Amino acid sequence: MSQLFTHPLHWYVAGPLIGLVVPALLLIGNKPFGISSNFTHICAAIAPDRVSFIGHEWKQRGGWNLVFLAGILVGAVAAWQLAPPRHLSLSPATVAALHRLGLTDFSGLAPREVFAWSSLLTFKGFASIVVGGFLVGFGTAYAGGCTSGHAIAGLADLQPASLLAVCGFFAGGLAATYVLLPLIFR
Amino acid sequence: MTLVPYFLLGGLFGFVLVEAEVVSWFRIQEMFRFDAFHMYGIIGAAVVTAALSLLIIKRLAVRGSDGRPLGLAPKTLGTGIRYVAGGSLFGLGWALTGACPGPLVALVGAGVPVMAVAILSALAGTMTYWTLRPRLPH
Repeated sequence: MSQLFTHPLHWYVAGPLIGLVVPALLLIGNKPFGISSNFTHICAAIAPDRVSFIGHEWKQRGGWNLVFLAGILVGAVAAWQLAPPRHLSLSPATVAALHRLGLTDFSGLAPREVFAWSSLLTFKGFASIVVGGFLVGFGTAYAGGCTSGHAIAGLADLQPASLLAVCGFFAGGLAATYVLLPLIFR
Repeated sequence: MTLVPYFLLGGLFGFVLVEAEVVSWFRIQEMFRFDAFHMYGIIGAAVVTAALSLLIIKRLAVRGSDGRPLGLAPKTLGTGIRYVAGGSLFGLGWALTGACPGPLVALVGAGVPVMAVAILSALAGTMTYWTLRPRLPH
């Protein structure tokens, strides 16, 4: 089945398909595209401290989105079973830069030297997975959106708040890439 | 109201995220190092497609089953601090994990199960935000 796909799926196929999720959600039920609000819905559902979430009717507001999220997981499993992108053809410049950071294994979707159960309690594993994950959850809740809600839906709707947020995304991403990764990986 | 269409649409989205390698830590590094066009092409094409779709929906004044016009609610700009500060903190996390929220979930099913820990950590981060919210500038 793998030979049915050339990896990666071309940007000019993937980009429009992702963009069409925005009108599709509106046409299905006038819902806004945005993944990170699911974190808030889940927190509201399980929070020991419900005070912060009073008035957040997570089932009514987020039920559809949690179902969408479950779909993402199932779609990803299907992709990984049917036609897994196991060996990425990466830019030589990126490979060289990551080599200098000490990475040697470039197979799979994320570096195995970092994103493995056995690395969870190493410094680089903990910083990448636990600290990184925390920042994703804190930052998206604070900014009121992530790549889907701000960078795709918000920018497409010409919302100034989303443009500010996307500038923040890149400022943070560049700082982590050029300042934090060299500190963490060596 | 049935939730099946949301599930199918999410499935398509997750499938595309994996096949286009958007979920890859390596592709995110290529993007932040400006070494490849791939991610910029995807985000750019997605924004243009979504923008044209929104324009058409507005032009045709399409309404939902409840009679309200279809569209996205405008986000309150305020001082903008929450977008810059929150956005930058998310950006740090985006580069560290190599994934934004959708891909974090996709990766659990695409050969990187340890990302489940990153999701739990993200939930802790979101919980922390809602706890600190009254004391944070917005």
